[in-house]
Amino acid sequence: MLNYIWVGMIICGVLWGLITGRMDQVTEAVISSSEEGIKLSIVLAGVMCLWSGLMKIAQKGGLVNAITRVSRDIFRGLFTKIPDRHPAIGAIVLSFTANFLGLGNAATPLGIKAMESLQTLNDKKDTASDDMILFMVINASCLQFIPTNVIALRDAAGSQDAAGILPHVWISSLISTVAAIVLFFVFKRLEKGRKTA
Amino acid sequence: MTVVMKWLSTAAIPGLIILILIFGIARKVPVFDTFLEGAREGLETTVRILPVLVGIMFGIEILNKSGALDMIVLLLRPFANILKIPEEILPMAILRPISGGASLGLLSRQLQEYGPDSLIGRTLSVIMGSTETIFYTITVYYGAVGVKKTRYTLWVALIAGFAGLVSAVVICRVFP
Repeated sequence: MLNYIWVGMIICGVLWGLITGRMDQVTEAVISSSEEGIKLSIVLAGVMCLWSGLMKIAQKGGLVNAITRVSRDIFRGLFTKIPDRHPAIGAIVLSFTANFLGLGNAATPLGIKAMESLQTLNDKKDTASDDMILFMVINASCLQFIPTNVIALRDAAGSQDAAGILPHVWISSLISTVAAIVLFFVFKRLEKGRKTA
Repeated sequence: MTVVMKWLSTAAIPGLIILILIFGIARKVPVFDTFLEGAREGLETTVRILPVLVGIMFGIEILNKSGALDMIVLLLRPFANILKIPEEILPMAILRPISGGASLGLLSRQLQEYGPDSLIGRTLSVIMGSTETIFYTITVYYGAVGVKKTRYTLWVALIAGFAGLVSAVVICRVFP
């Protein structure tokens, strides 16, 4: 998908530059963009190192597990098809916790582990189960406590209040997560209605 | 309310750091060694995404400097007006669900253009921080377990993401 978008961006840009006679600016952009890419990486490098280091301590020190234990009961009610004491619920909550803490590296493998665990409970292996869909949509709208990348970029752009957007981020992602859960139940009912009709 | 939010935003990062360190020390984790181990992984991640950022900045800059981005925004303006969404956030709204690296590059550009503390700058930051790379996540997770029929996953994720986008716009307007 990204292949097409990337090529589309470049072809659109070059053609539009050709039509509007801005070829010199396009040529300039070719060179300046590589510099921008490197600058952006350097801005992100510091915060990535610092945060990954701190999060490693959080994982080994048990903070991640503590959050997982506390929030487990909340999620157990939502995933109805998972039997009691099944490892799937632990994998799901651990993945949410990793996302919440912004553990980019660890979050993806944990998420895949949770999906594999849900797949063992799935009757039709090529079709997503209800619990899988719910897991995916919560994940795709996931609450992140501290979006470090965004704060680093704001700081680099000269913000006076780089972390000032945090409460806004929390409220906004909470709304989208709740919306995802509500919509899941709505769509589930709609699909059921269509099947019985 | 605004005072509470202000306090929370300044206390969140130091608070979390203290909490992590206290947990670490209490469990007798070799904190500094562990930190270094993680930091090294963080650096590896940065190196891994560097080519992505260069490639994406290349696309965005060409689109931007040629004036094509302005034209796309112009075309989408009527829809944005109907939904009362500021037109400046349209490129982000399109790119965010598709690619994390691309939207990060775009955010960096746009923060420089509009200023990080302007209403648009703040709204863009909140959108970036509170939404996910929906297409990527769905492709990778379902792909990993071989699920092909995803039923209504994409619809729910996209509508929820859109709800997050609208709430980001509203919240930034209500709490400047």
